[in-house]
Amino acid sequence: MAGCPDIRRYPGFAAMAALCLTILYVPLAVVIAYSFNASTSLTNWGGVSLRWYADLFTGVEAPRFRAAAWNSITIATLAATASTIIAAAAAVAMVRGGRFRGKGATFALINLPLMVPEIVTAVATLIFFSTIGLMTGYLTILIAHITFCIPFAYLPIAARLEGIEETFEQAARDLYATRAQAFRLILLPLMTPGIISGFLLAFIISLDDFIITNFVKGAGMETLPTAIFGSVKQGIKPNILALSTVMLTVSILFVTLSYFVNRLGQRSRA
Amino acid sequence: MDEVVAVRRVVKRFGAFTALAGVSMTIGQKQFFTLLGPSGCGKTTLLRCIAGFEDLSEGTILLEGRDIAGLAPNLRPVNTVFQHYALFPHMTVARNVAFGLKMQGMAPGPRLKRAGEMLELVHLSAFADRLPSQLSGGQQQRVALARALAPSPRVLLLDEPLSALDLKLRQAMRVELKQLQEETGITFVFVTHDQEEALTMSDRIAVMSAGEVRQIGSPREIYEAPVNRFVAGFIGETNLLPVRVASFAGGMARVVLPGGHQLTCPAAQTAPTGTPHVSIRPERMTVVPPGSGDLDASVERLIYLGTDLQVLARLADGTALHLRMQNSARATPPGAGSTIGIAIEEGAARLLAD
Repeated sequence: MAGCPDIRRYPGFAAMAALCLTILYVPLAVVIAYSFNASTSLTNWGGVSLRWYADLFTGVEAPRFRAAAWNSITIATLAATASTIIAAAAAVAMVRGGRFRGKGATFALINLPLMVPEIVTAVATLIFFSTIGLMTGYLTILIAHITFCIPFAYLPIAARLEGIEETFEQAARDLYATRAQAFRLILLPLMTPGIISGFLLAFIISLDDFIITNFVKGAGMETLPTAIFGSVKQGIKPNILALSTVMLTVSILFVTLSYFVNRLGQRSRA
Repeated sequence: MDEVVAVRRVVKRFGAFTALAGVSMTIGQKQFFTLLGPSGCGKTTLLRCIAGFEDLSEGTILLEGRDIAGLAPNLRPVNTVFQHYALFPHMTVARNVAFGLKMQGMAPGPRLKRAGEMLELVHLSAFADRLPSQLSGGQQQRVALARALAPSPRVLLLDEPLSALDLKLRQAMRVELKQLQEETGITFVFVTHDQEEALTMSDRIAVMSAGEVRQIGSPREIYEAPVNRFVAGFIGETNLLPVRVASFAGGMARVVLPGGHQLTCPAAQTAPTGTPHVSIRPERMTVVPPGSGDLDASVERLIYLGTDLQVLARLADGTALHLRMQNSARATPPGAGSTIGIAIEEGAARLLAD
């Protein structure tokens, strides 16, 4: 458009873009590429092979990874489910509850975990668990994950809910639906894309978490990120690259899915 | 005629803002009743009070003699057509129309049959399996009507349902709505800010402004016998002439027009407050030779309107007024700057209450 300068003509645009992309994505590309390396070396290319992927299932560390993966997946599923339910309830209260005292403060409270440095949450959570005498392990990881996943589940659900006009529920009430029926038959189906999106996001956040998990997991308990960290401490082997690539793929898959579910919902509403 | 809805001294406040300041009216059986007024006059708030979406601050609303205060919307035998239809986007047209019946506990067989009948009534049988987003605005409008009528409510509330449609469709829907109301025999309470809509469809109109009812009457009464300046000015075009009241008794008044000519005219029941005015519609005055009419005025401008000519004139005291003359070969339009006489038709001037 005339009068609206093309961003590509800004001085230094190309160089800046190239620099950012390099720093962000070249390391990732290297990890992915070398996960298919046939050689044991991290630096020398020995041809294409899937041996490190096979090693994940059959190698020395396979039992450890398998246990960690099981923990990660079950914790992510449970934490995402619980936090999505809590977040959906919070979103309905915030968006449909009208004006109430302390609404701003409530909003801040729900979203605070996004702003608090994770290390602080990790320390605080550990102190809390040891104070109340809860043995660290699977349960403490799960509780901690449910807590910090809530804002991630909350945001897409609340955004979705804000886009749903209140007249739909009023129309249902007008047509003889009780409050519960109006929620179940009208609001809930319309919210569903936001709920799925929130669930997927919470799942990925839980699956990825390292800092808090590492603090509250206790001895002998591993999730994938802590297991990877444990292995790396003894030197990086190519099987870690393969495991990282698997996790990256799962993450990208879920986030993409979350994006499309959200868009699908918006289209059906138009 | 039995009354279906009785609104008694209803007050509705939102914080410091008073949306309804003591509104009373009765709505009769099988009436097409219109709440007419500018935006912010409280007409939609009153509709929402009847539907049950707002609690009353004061007063009562009776539905067939029963006080419905505190009754949830789903317990009121009243259905609403919303301004933007609010069709459930995830349900087909047929399921939308059957929703109210389902909530009332009707079995799937009969309720789908009834939904089919309702869709036939609004000429949309072919669209039963579509989603609302696949319909045009006018079609969505008719689905909303069918959905609200399906449970046979005692009263159908319509919240500016035609405002989102384009002009052609709006005019067609007016006729269709009126027909639908006559066929179903259901009382319609229709909210609009469009006076033409109100005049063409209504049996009775309540004109509202600033949270108060300014006049209730038939379209003819509202147009031809407005009681105050607001109603006279809001419905159609009019001229408001300041007058002196010589005598006032029994709904008739003797007034002195600017220029000294006296006129006997019908008046509102209450004596005017403030500066008295008469209202005269532009089409109820004729141009006559100077000195032979009720008023003398100088012509400022002629505006060509096709079927009519509009004459903008000014009285000696500076009061502006406009009148209409038919664009025919028999009438010679006065030239701009010329002095004309203006004759007021018998009974056309009305003394207003304020």
